[in-house]
Amino acid sequence: MSDTTPDRFAASKPLRAAPQRRGLSDRAIAWIFVAPTIFLLLAVNIFPLVWTVWLSFTNYRVNRPNAEVSWVGTRNYERILTDPDIWATMQATAHFLVWTLVLQVLLGFALAWLINRKFRGNDLWTTIIVLPMMLSPAVVGNFWTFLYQPQIGLFNYAVSFLTGADPTSFSMIGDVALAPWAIVLVDTWMWTPFVMLICLAGLRSIPDSIYEAAECDRASNWRQFWTLTVPMVLPFLMLAVLFRGIENFKMFDLVVLLTGGGPGNATTLTAIDLKREAFERWRTGFASAYAVILFVTVFGLASIYVKALNRVKER
Amino acid sequence: MSFSVTEPSPVQKWIAGTLVVVYALITILPLVWIISTSFKSQNDAIAYPPELVSPVTLEGYVNLFSTRTRASAEDLAANPPETWYDEIAAERGTIIVGPSRFGERFLNSVIIGFGSTFLSVFLGTLAAYAFSRYKIPLKDDLLFFILSTRMMPPIAVAIPIFLMFRGLGLSDTHAGMILLYTAVNLSLSVWLLKGFIDEIPREYEEAALIDGYTRLQAFIKVVLPQAATGIASTAIFCLIFAWNEYAFAVLLTSGNAQTAPPFIPTIIGVGGQDWPAVAAGATIFLVPVMVFTILLRKHLLRGITFGAVRK
Repeated sequence: MSDTTPDRFAASKPLRAAPQRRGLSDRAIAWIFVAPTIFLLLAVNIFPLVWTVWLSFTNYRVNRPNAEVSWVGTRNYERILTDPDIWATMQATAHFLVWTLVLQVLLGFALAWLINRKFRGNDLWTTIIVLPMMLSPAVVGNFWTFLYQPQIGLFNYAVSFLTGADPTSFSMIGDVALAPWAIVLVDTWMWTPFVMLICLAGLRSIPDSIYEAAECDRASNWRQFWTLTVPMVLPFLMLAVLFRGIENFKMFDLVVLLTGGGPGNATTLTAIDLKREAFERWRTGFASAYAVILFVTVFGLASIYVKALNRVKER
Repeated sequence: MSFSVTEPSPVQKWIAGTLVVVYALITILPLVWIISTSFKSQNDAIAYPPELVSPVTLEGYVNLFSTRTRASAEDLAANPPETWYDEIAAERGTIIVGPSRFGERFLNSVIIGFGSTFLSVFLGTLAAYAFSRYKIPLKDDLLFFILSTRMMPPIAVAIPIFLMFRGLGLSDTHAGMILLYTAVNLSLSVWLLKGFIDEIPREYEEAALIDGYTRLQAFIKVVLPQAATGIASTAIFCLIFAWNEYAFAVLLTSGNAQTAPPFIPTIIGVGGQDWPAVAAGATIFLVPVMVFTILLRKHLLRGITFGAVRK
């Protein structure tokens, strides 16, 4: 058998061209394979997006199909950018975004660092910690309203147990001052494992030899942490922040079922406000302009961030 | 005394382990609470102080699957309970008049979830193979375009999709939702599967071509079996996404094709939300995902980062 292998290898050269003559050409396969995906994405994503942009310059209303549709230029955009209520929702979104990211990065990194101490059973506990992240935000968010009940909720009971405060003296989703923190808390509960998993991959990617070398140079643990561990994990951490940032900017399901945007407008994030404009007040043109602004913001921030991420990776 | 710098000391391990276990127990508590509430009676569910373990009853599950009407003592006497669930309803002074809509909603979740998963994995495998193996003009731009569709807030494209579906007669239909979720999941399935297929050595296919297979045969008989694990885990990720999706479901479906997530929060009992029934619905809905998460744990990282981070 051993002498046939070189023969086969020698014979393989002319055969390479053969498959192209039989069956479909490589080029045809490539296009047949890619086309359905591109077509579907154009139809369900890009076409609606273009339509949204067009609608954003009109005064169209879905619930008045017979009303005359007129071109209003940039009036919708001007209105949105000068509307103080919309700026308030932007502020609520920024509060939500900043605090969820800060808490999730700190907690997620700390947990990953602890899990990387490789204690016994760390795989099992990692899997348990990860569970909330995979669950339906709508169903889970809805159940958290039960945990947040002032009279009977587990959360208020736990707080009163630990601090001695009267459990009925505060309502996480009913008080204007607390509601923004109620949504931050649930989002952090749900998504810290996401940051943790990515950080863990970062920590595990650092070769042991680097630490051994640092030890030879008598670098202190503290110094090793700041000059080795943190810079090596940073690209991973930034990737996690990118994903969470985009997701939380779009946040809708979890918050709408937790607080419904209330009390008042305390937790009305932009996506919730947009839904009200589009599907409750039926101001389609106005809501379309709102959607365009939202999309441009996400896309713009994400592009800037990806550039920064690449710079960190190159270092 | 010398010690390995890469191996943490036993004390370090013990402290780290304790902290992680404490966090894990706190984080799992709300999920345990959902499951335990589903087996409580309505009164036990709202007891103060909250009870982790109460007498087990299937009242929540019965209420979840049935519609009931309040009945007077005479009515109850006239209609003696025939089955165990009739008996549970009778204990609360009610008579079951028919099934609730939860069954339908759950079935819709299954149909739409599996339908869209099949389509997005099928299309995604083809596209991923082409992106992995062939020279395609503007390949990187196309791949980025595919990923960028995921950045769009669902509510932002919901308006024209709503109009489009209305025009095409797809509003509130299974086909419409399957198509929509397929499109949303394609970005995930293409990116994940491209990563998995990239890892299969090209030599296998080349060997198959030399043996006289066509490209298509080589793809079906050599690449697909090698990619089976990757395809399976991609499918589970797509399924979980479609299963959990709420925004499109609540905006685009109502009577016919509504899935479970918009339905569960609307379960109302007599005098406010019926928490054991809500918890029962949540338990039935969430437990399969928990099982899948445990099965998937090795590929979890890849799935949630669209293949950007591989272990």
